[in-house]
Amino acid sequence: MKSMFLTGVAGLALAATGALAQVDEDAPQGGAMVVTYQDDVATLDPAIGYDWQNWSMIKSLFDGLMGYEPGTTTLRNELAESHEISEDGLVHTFVLKDGIKFHNGREIGAPDVKYSLERVTNPETRSPGAGFFSMIDGFDSWNAGEGEGLTGVEVVDDKTVQITLSRPDATFSHVMALNFASIVPQEAVEAAGEDFGRQPVGSGAFTLAEWTPGQQLVFERFADYHRAGVPKLDQVTFNIGLDPTVALLRLQSGEADVPGDGIPPAQFLQVMNDAEQADNVVEGGQLHTGYITLNTQMAPFDNVDVRKAVNMAVNKDRIVQMINGRAVPANQPLPPTMPGYDTEYEGYAYDPEAAKAMLAEAGFPDGFTTELYVMNVDPNPRIAQAIQQDLSEIGVTAEIRSLAQANVIAAGGEADQAPMIWSGGMAWIADFPDPSNFYGPILGCAGAVPGGWNWSWYCNEALDARAAEADAMTGPDMAGAREDAWRSIYVDIMADAPWVPVFNEQRFTMVSDAMAGDDSLFVDPVHIPVNYDYIYSSTAE
Amino acid sequence: MTGYLIRRLFESALILLGITFVTFVLLYLVPADPARQIAGRAATAATVANIRDQLGLNDPLFIQYFRYLSNLFQGDLGRSYMQRAEVSSLIASRLPASLLLMVSAIVTELIIGLTIGIVAALRRNKPVDHTLMIFSFISISAPQFVIGILLLYVFAVQLGWFPIGGYGTFAHLVLPSITLGLLGAGWYSRMMRSSMIEVLGQDFVRTARAKGLSKLRIIIRHVMPNAILPIIAMIGIDIGLFMSGIVVVESVFGWPGIGQLAWQAIQRVDIPVIMGVTMVSATAIVLGNLLADLVTPLIDPRIKTK
Repeated sequence: MKSMFLTGVAGLALAATGALAQVDEDAPQGGAMVVTYQDDVATLDPAIGYDWQNWSMIKSLFDGLMGYEPGTTTLRNELAESHEISEDGLVHTFVLKDGIKFHNGREIGAPDVKYSLERVTNPETRSPGAGFFSMIDGFDSWNAGEGEGLTGVEVVDDKTVQITLSRPDATFSHVMALNFASIVPQEAVEAAGEDFGRQPVGSGAFTLAEWTPGQQLVFERFADYHRAGVPKLDQVTFNIGLDPTVALLRLQSGEADVPGDGIPPAQFLQVMNDAEQADNVVEGGQLHTGYITLNTQMAPFDNVDVRKAVNMAVNKDRIVQMINGRAVPANQPLPPTMPGYDTEYEGYAYDPEAAKAMLAEAGFPDGFTTELYVMNVDPNPRIAQAIQQDLSEIGVTAEIRSLAQANVIAAGGEADQAPMIWSGGMAWIADFPDPSNFYGPILGCAGAVPGGWNWSWYCNEALDARAAEADAMTGPDMAGAREDAWRSIYVDIMADAPWVPVFNEQRFTMVSDAMAGDDSLFVDPVHIPVNYDYIYSSTAE
Repeated sequence: MTGYLIRRLFESALILLGITFVTFVLLYLVPADPARQIAGRAATAATVANIRDQLGLNDPLFIQYFRYLSNLFQGDLGRSYMQRAEVSSLIASRLPASLLLMVSAIVTELIIGLTIGIVAALRRNKPVDHTLMIFSFISISAPQFVIGILLLYVFAVQLGWFPIGGYGTFAHLVLPSITLGLLGAGWYSRMMRSSMIEVLGQDFVRTARAKGLSKLRIIIRHVMPNAILPIIAMIGIDIGLFMSGIVVVESVFGWPGIGQLAWQAIQRVDIPVIMGVTMVSATAIVLGNLLADLVTPLIDPRIKTK
C-alpha cells in the first residue's frame, strides 16, 4: 500500500527565538478554535505520550514545576513558586505555589511531585521518558525495579520538595519542564489504571471534556487555572481522522482554524503562491537537523577520508530546492537556532571533483557499492534518490532501501546492518533547547549500542568526557563557558565526519483569520502546532 | 443442510485459526521491535529490556502464540502497546462505523452496478453501452484516494451539498459510500452485463418471448433473477475487497472505523491492535464467503449443498 501519511516520531520541534516575545497576557477571553488531525490521539498520559501530536495537547492539560515563557525557550516557574539550586549544583529545592488545584478540585501538594516523578521512572509505567531523569539520585536502582522509590526526591513539607542529583547537570531544569515531569494526582491515576491516558486529570489550562475515538476531542477552559486570565479560548475542538488535503479544504471553507498536520507537501506551492492563503501561513525555525549517518564500524565508512568525501559529494542546495525551500542547508549537527551553533564553521563545501580525488586517495578510485536506508514516506524517498545521484557522480553506487519507519530504526540499531541512513522523518528534533540533546543519544557512545539511535555507531571517548564536563557546568555564570564547550565538541565531531548534515527544517503553520495572537505563539517552540493556551479569538471581547 | 452448515462452520473456524498463526508469525518476523517503539528514542537499553520482559517478548514464538490463543479463547484481545487501552474496546468503538459504511457501500454499488449492467446489456454494442462500459472501466481503475478527494472538492467544497468529511449524519455517509461503492459498481456492471447477455440468449427467454409476454415482464420476471445469481455470490467474496478499500476511504473522509485504527497500528507496530483488526476482518471475510455459499442454493435450487 502506498503510504501517504505523516507519522509521528517522538520529539518536538523547538524554535529558539532568543528574545522574549511580546505575548499579550491581557488579550480577551472567549471563543473557540477547531484543529484538525489525521491520526487519532494515542494517549494523553503525560508519562507515556511522546509524539508531536499529543505533546502540546498534554502541555495544555498538565503542568509541571517548570515551564517556558509562551512563544520562547526561556524557562520559567510553572507550578513552582521558587526554584533554588545549591552551590554544587546537586540539590534543587522547589516550593509549590499556594492554592493550585488539579482538575478534580484537590489542592496540589509536595507529595504529588514525589508521586509523579516516581511514577514516570517506575519500570512498570513503561514510560519512554524515564531515561531523562537518570541524573536524579537513586534513579538506577528504582528504575531497575529495586527499592521503595526515588531516594533523591524528598518531601520537606506540604509545599517543598528537595531533589538531589547524583551528578551536577545543567539540563535538569529543562528536564523538569518536559511533559514527563508533569504533576498528576495519585487517586485519579489509580482509579483509571491503564486508561489514565483516556481520562487524564491534570492541572493545565484546559480539561478534557469529551473524547470520541476516531472523531473528536474537546478541551474546555479550566476555571481554576493557576494563571489568571489564561487560557484565552473557552474551547478547543480537535477533529480527528482528516487527511491533510481534506483539512486544507476545511480551512479554506472556514470550518477549521488550524490544520494540525501542517500543509501537505503536494499543496505547499499552491498555498504559498496564493496571496490570500499565504497570508495565513506563519514561518518559524525549528530545532531540527536532517542528516545522513555513515556507519563508522562498517567498511568502507570506517575510513574517515571516505566519510569526508561523501560529505563533499552531497548537493544540499538542490535537496532543499527539491522540497520547495522548506528547509535551510546545514553544515554541522546543531541547528542555527540552538545555543552552541558555530556561525564561523564552514563545513565541507559541495565539490564532487575534490570528493572523487579524496576517494581515490583513500583507495577507492573506482568507488564502491553500498546501501542507503530511508523511511518510505514522501519526501524522504525522493531525497534519497537525490543523494544516490550525487554519490554516483563520485563513483559510489548506493542502493536505496526504502522501508517503514520502525524497520529503518531497527536497522540503524544494529552495528552491521545499515551503512548509510537518511534520517528524514525520524531524527532529530530536540526534546528541549539545549545543545546536549543533540549529542548523547545520537552521537555519543551511550547511543552506539544495539537498539540505540547513534546510527553512525560513532563513539569518541575523549568527546564523551568533554560532554560530561560541559554538562557539569551549572549555574548562570557558567552558561557562556558551557556553550563554548559544546560548540567545540560539535566542530570536533565534524572533523571525524560521522554524519553528512543536510538541512534544518523550517516550520510552517497555517491559521485562520478567526485566531489572533503574537506570531511567536503560532510557531511556539514547545507547542506544536500552536500555543493552545495563549492564542485568542479575533472576535472575543 | 444442517450437516453441511456444521461442516462449513468447522472449516471456517480452522481457517481463522490458521490466520491467527500466519499473522502472528509474520508479525514476529518483522524486524521492528515493538519494545523499542514503546521505549522511544530516549530509552536506555535497560528500559527496552524491561519492557520486552514485561510484555513477554523474550519468550519463544510458540509460547507467545499459545498465550495469545488462550487469551483469545477467553475473549481477551490484549491491550494496545501504544494506547494502553483494551483492543476489544478500541475495535468495538469503531466497528459500527465501518459496518455502516460497508452496508451503505454495498447498497450503493448494487444500485449503480446493476442499473448500468442492465441498461448496457439491453443496449448492447450501442453508444450507450460503450459509454457505460468506459465509465465502469474508469471506476475500476481510478484510485479511491483520488476519487474521494475529487468528490469532496466538487460536491462538498464547490457545491456545498455535503460536509467536508466527518461522521454523524446521513449527509456524511453519502460521499464515502459512493467512493467505496464505485469500485464494486464497476465490476458488477460488467458482470451483470455479460450475465444478462448470456441469459437473454437462452431458450426459455425465447419461449417467453414466443408466449407473447411483454418485454419488461420478460426482463424482470425471467432474465434478472437468473442473471443476478453470480452477483450474489460475489458480494460475500467482495467483503475482502471492501476491507482494503475501507482503509483508504476512511482516512480520506475522517470516518472513525477500524480501517483508520489498523493503519495507525501498523505504523506503530502495535501488534495487539494489528492482530485484533486482522481477526475481525478475517472473520468478516470468512463469514461473507460462508453466507454467499449458503444463500446461493436458496435462490437457485439447481445448486445443491453437499
